[in-house]
Amino acid sequence: MSATENVLTAEHKEAITSLLFQLADDDFLYAYRGSEWLGLAPHIEEDVASSSISQDSMGHAAMYYKLLEELGAGNADELAHLRPAHERRNSILTERVNGEGYYMETPNYDWAYQVVRSYFYTQAKKVKVDSLCQSSYQPLAEAAVKVKMELYYHRMHWETWFKQLLSSTDVAKKKMNDAILRVMNDFGDMFSLGNQKQAIENYKLIDNEEKLKENWIASIKPVFAALHMDVPTIPEKLANNGRNGEHTVDLDEALLTLSEVYKSDPVASW
Amino acid sequence: MAISESVSTNRVFEVLRRVKDPEIDSVSIIDLGMVEEVTTSGNNVKVVLLPTFLGCPALEIIKKNTIEAIKQLPEVEEVEVEFVFHPPWTTDRITEEGHKNLRAFGIAPPPRHVEEDGSWHVDCAYCGSTYVTMENIFGPTACRSILYCKSCKNVFEAMKPVSTLL
Repeated sequence: MSATENVLTAEHKEAITSLLFQLADDDFLYAYRGSEWLGLAPHIEEDVASSSISQDSMGHAAMYYKLLEELGAGNADELAHLRPAHERRNSILTERVNGEGYYMETPNYDWAYQVVRSYFYTQAKKVKVDSLCQSSYQPLAEAAVKVKMELYYHRMHWETWFKQLLSSTDVAKKKMNDAILRVMNDFGDMFSLGNQKQAIENYKLIDNEEKLKENWIASIKPVFAALHMDVPTIPEKLANNGRNGEHTVDLDEALLTLSEVYKSDPVASW
Repeated sequence: MAISESVSTNRVFEVLRRVKDPEIDSVSIIDLGMVEEVTTSGNNVKVVLLPTFLGCPALEIIKKNTIEAIKQLPEVEEVEVEFVFHPPWTTDRITEEGHKNLRAFGIAPPPRHVEEDGSWHVDCAYCGSTYVTMENIFGPTACRSILYCKSCKNVFEAMKPVSTLL
């Protein structure tokens, strides 16, 4: 690994690092929000499935942080737990709370929102991971092959929920359609490569933003057609771009909670 | 002056056969196809392992157990264990012995064949009946699914297929 590191120019390394932070922070926050459903999912099988998906996703985040560590960006655990919100590169969608209330008190979480968020996010992740399998940065391309195999089961799971709830009762359909609006409202930075966009694209680390968007739309089209629904539009204008460290208060709250144990004893071995 | 004997890779492989999956103690890391390479240099050993599922909490324990097991060999000085992503671990790396040992634990081994639409079938781990239904594709660990046998009326687990073709 060190041999690879040595031949990278500073500019090249910055582009790789920037993309890795986007991928790592996305899966880290997605897994964290998923883990908040533990014990709350609609039924026992879903509880098992959801926690398995969160665990896999946390594993993906850990692997991206490890790749960052190998590039000299810092210790993987510290990168995950100790970076302040403005240094985070995750998309806005992954940081959003699951609904009203708090996990420890009266969580009034919205399962429709979790289904739509997870389905759209997982499908976006698949589009990126497919592209990353051809990344010019070999360690990332190899890692992507691993992620892709596990993601297969996640995507199938969320697509099943998505189709079933949208073919269900009027209440379910209304909740799902409301959730689609809310998720799409935050979808503007999902395929953004942030302020390193040019370098990331020039070094062929991943497909360009337009291509990723196109592939995402093409990938969900058959599902929407079967449901007689229009494919939602990805917003062009962004209130916040998470890829540039612009975030909502939801991220502050998440970081405070998720790093609490780690910060209580940073030298402990887990 | 005593000249210490250097390590042979065969001796290391013998030891690795005794390093078990901490969550399925009937199968070794050799059975699972996790050992990619063993190299020795004088009295030092390097083992390259392939992680199964990326989020599997057993990986760090396996690494620790591997180091400890090899260090039991009197001729060994330094042991290094590294996880690499390439080649990717897939369930077809599990050996015949691994299939047998999974069954002994009550887990159906991963199917050799997956349909074009991604669906797959395994027989009951207990009675061998083919009359089974999928209860949950996700199970108690990342690598397992939960099924139900309509013949012997037992819930059983299967190792889910993981393949680059999926």
